[in-house]
Amino acid sequence: MRPSVVLETAVRLVFHTVLVFGVYLLFAGHNQPGGGFVGGLVAGSAFVLRYAATGREGIDRAVPVDPALPLGAGLLLAAGTGAAAWLTGAQFLESGKLELHLPVLGAVKATSALPFDVGVFLVVVGLVLVMLRTLGAEAEQ
Amino acid sequence: MLALLVLHVVLALAAPVAVRHLDRRVFWLVAVAPAATCVWAATRAADVLDGRPVTSTTPWVPGLGLTLDLRLDPLGLLMVTLVSGVGTLVFLYCAGYFARGQAGLGRFAGVLTAFSGAMLGLVLSDDLLLLYVFWELTSVTSWLLIGFDDESAESRRAAQQALLVTTLGGLVMLLGLVLLASEAGTASLSAVLADPPRGTTVAVALVLVLVGAFTKSAQVPFHPWLPAAMAAPTPVSAYLHAAAMVKAGVYLVARLAPAFAVVAPWRPLVLTVGLATMLVGGWRSLRQSDLKRLLAFGTVSQLGFLMVLLGAGTSEAAMAGAALLLAHGLFKSTLFLTVGVVDHATGTRDLRRLSGLARRMPVLTAVATLAALSMAGVPPLLGFLSKEAAYEAFLHGGATDRVVFVGLFAGSVLTAAYSARFVWGAFGTKPGCATTPVHAPSTALLAPVVVLGVAGLVLGLLPGLVDPLVQAYADGYPREQVEHLALWHGLTAALGWSVLTLAAGAALFVLREPVRVVQRRASRVLGAVDADRGYDASLSGLDRLAQRSTAVFQSGSLPVYLGTVLLTMVVLTGGALAVGTRITDDLRLWDRPVQAVVAVVVAAAAVATARAHRRFTAVLLLGAVGYGVAVLFVLQGGPDLALTQFLVETLTLVLFVFVLRRLPSSFTPRRRVSQAARIVLAAAVGTVVTAAVLVAGQARTAPPASQAYLDRALPDGGGSNVVNVVLVDFRGFDTLGEITVLAVAALGIGSLVVAGRRTRPSRTSVPLADTADDRAPRPVQR
Repeated sequence: MRPSVVLETAVRLVFHTVLVFGVYLLFAGHNQPGGGFVGGLVAGSAFVLRYAATGREGIDRAVPVDPALPLGAGLLLAAGTGAAAWLTGAQFLESGKLELHLPVLGAVKATSALPFDVGVFLVVVGLVLVMLRTLGAEAEQ
Repeated sequence: MLALLVLHVVLALAAPVAVRHLDRRVFWLVAVAPAATCVWAATRAADVLDGRPVTSTTPWVPGLGLTLDLRLDPLGLLMVTLVSGVGTLVFLYCAGYFARGQAGLGRFAGVLTAFSGAMLGLVLSDDLLLLYVFWELTSVTSWLLIGFDDESAESRRAAQQALLVTTLGGLVMLLGLVLLASEAGTASLSAVLADPPRGTTVAVALVLVLVGAFTKSAQVPFHPWLPAAMAAPTPVSAYLHAAAMVKAGVYLVARLAPAFAVVAPWRPLVLTVGLATMLVGGWRSLRQSDLKRLLAFGTVSQLGFLMVLLGAGTSEAAMAGAALLLAHGLFKSTLFLTVGVVDHATGTRDLRRLSGLARRMPVLTAVATLAALSMAGVPPLLGFLSKEAAYEAFLHGGATDRVVFVGLFAGSVLTAAYSARFVWGAFGTKPGCATTPVHAPSTALLAPVVVLGVAGLVLGLLPGLVDPLVQAYADGYPREQVEHLALWHGLTAALGWSVLTLAAGAALFVLREPVRVVQRRASRVLGAVDADRGYDASLSGLDRLAQRSTAVFQSGSLPVYLGTVLLTMVVLTGGALAVGTRITDDLRLWDRPVQAVVAVVVAAAAVATARAHRRFTAVLLLGAVGYGVAVLFVLQGGPDLALTQFLVETLTLVLFVFVLRRLPSSFTPRRRVSQAARIVLAAAVGTVVTAAVLVAGQARTAPPASQAYLDRALPDGGGSNVVNVVLVDFRGFDTLGEITVLAVAALGIGSLVVAGRRTRPSRTSVPLADTADDRAPRPVQR
């Protein structure tokens, strides 16, 4: 089955936008609706769109790594953020805050929840990718 | 004391490394641990015998009230002497026993040292739970040691049997110890013994503890693991299965008896089991042709003897028991090591093939005969002293004592007979049997055997050396007059019975052919009640039970699983709701009318889903239900939740499409009964869930937690989106757990699909018959 040209073109147009929107939700999540989980789902649906348009090959080209990699990296990042709290003498996963003055962006407030949320994001994206690769590939046969 | 335990651990860990440089001399290194213990015990002996026990306390897990309480009292001293003294000699023997460069030697030396440490801890613990920990450590190390030859099925089976039987007993004992500790209000052994609790619970606790002691000390009907454990290398048999580990049960009984022997079930239980064990062991021992198994059954018999003496709860019996504990440790390990030397020198342990060894190995013969005489109870050896004292203890009592005495006498006759059989079997010259070729054993192998064998003679000739120790233990009982261990008490009744025992034992040995015939006939009759077969039967019974219950509870049918879960929920939750709650009347049907519209749409979609014939239609309608719920979230003002719901619903749809391609396009038509049952169950679940939500919403007794989260989100979490702050900060640990589950599920599904792809030749051959939607995917059989 050849996917339609219209769908392929449309997906090409929105793919990056959806992906960026997912990342936006991830970073905005702490103060506005969003967060790692929702962001990950949005980014994941970008890949689902891509899969619908170009099949598994398109996914392989878009993410040329084993989908287990974001899965593991996300988990490691989330757990590592929790463990990093030990370095400051705090409890596991106890949150910390950091206020930075960067040259261009000005005052930036960062909490330790952000890397944790990035971990969640990566795990969710990894999950979607694994599903697309395995179940999707199964269905394509 | 703690330092000695640490020394054992350090050497146990060092052994596998040191073996590379030292080869089999590694045993000289690890022998330092028991030798140091022995020296230490000797320096403390005077204090302990004067009634000043050595104690040490180290905090272990303060939060749980666990401490490393160690205490060296007379009984402890006796056991430590045995464990470390025999241990040292066995370690030295090992250096000569194993071949140079034998595989697995480092592990063996390490585990043996670890065992030695565990056993030391066991006899020194002054805390019931600590005692249990060491108890199980000895079981585990024993399992590793029996299974040393891990390529032999026999030794693997023996190791497993020993482990299963002793840990089963250990777990039962743990229950008993916990009960005992909670009744006494303390886990400290010396405190429990000083002020023993009484009552029914204590009686139950004691029976449980005794089960543990019986399994560990190979009492009937748990005894078969001990003869089977002879698959272990001979030093292990000599150390664990003669001197040390099997004494643990006897030790526990000896420890508790002064305080608890008067509690109702104790005495009948201990005396019956002990006597039965003594007789069964002796009887079976006479039938063995493998020297090691002969000794093993002899050990079973002697353990029964010890159980009777140390559990009887009188000072005389306790004194005899303490002396026998030492005597048995000495003579039995001597004999085991002797078998090891014979095996080494001739390549066999079968007494039907050994002949004429006495002339070829005179020293070994002399030492082994000495030990066997001690076992049979011939003066002037230590074994005689203890048996004489045992007879004395039961000769002057009431009816019970007389029955026990008859049992002890019969057991001792059997003991004398199999002692003779051992010496004759190992060293005698048999007519019609060629002299066995021998290659001379090394001095390193012989020396420990000689030391152990001669020790029995020296201690027998100088009873003054053992007496203070034995008396100090017997002092734990109230008593009027003190009987001392002595070679000559005058012409007493006990002496007469001793002579009679030896004569009867000799007669049994001389008449060995008729005895053999009788035994063979008896075993044909009694074949059905073989405890070893009982063990096999209970194992296979357990397997069958597991299979049947698995077949019932894991039928592989999704509707059955789901139905069970839902029915349980309806019955439990619905039952609780029906009994104890009512719904108040301030219910609002909706906040805004539009909610009702959405709800109607959702309900309609749900009903349509259930009625759909094609799978794809059903999935789409289910999606509609999900989106409808998401709209409700939006209307309630939960954008995060609604967004998530929309996305999850979409992804689920996509996944469904993937899976649907593998399933038939339509549902299989069902029988009417099945359909009706499903409808009823579904309606019940819906009703119960609705009622539960209504009731739960009104059952609030504390102010909602949400206000606190709202207040704390910005100052503590640094974010104004409360939902996200809760997710990543306040309940971050939960989220970490959830994403772990996600990751594991993803990998699991991925590998299942890949595995399924590999084992299936092609898609078309997959049997997607009419039951496909009723069956959960089953693990692929390889």
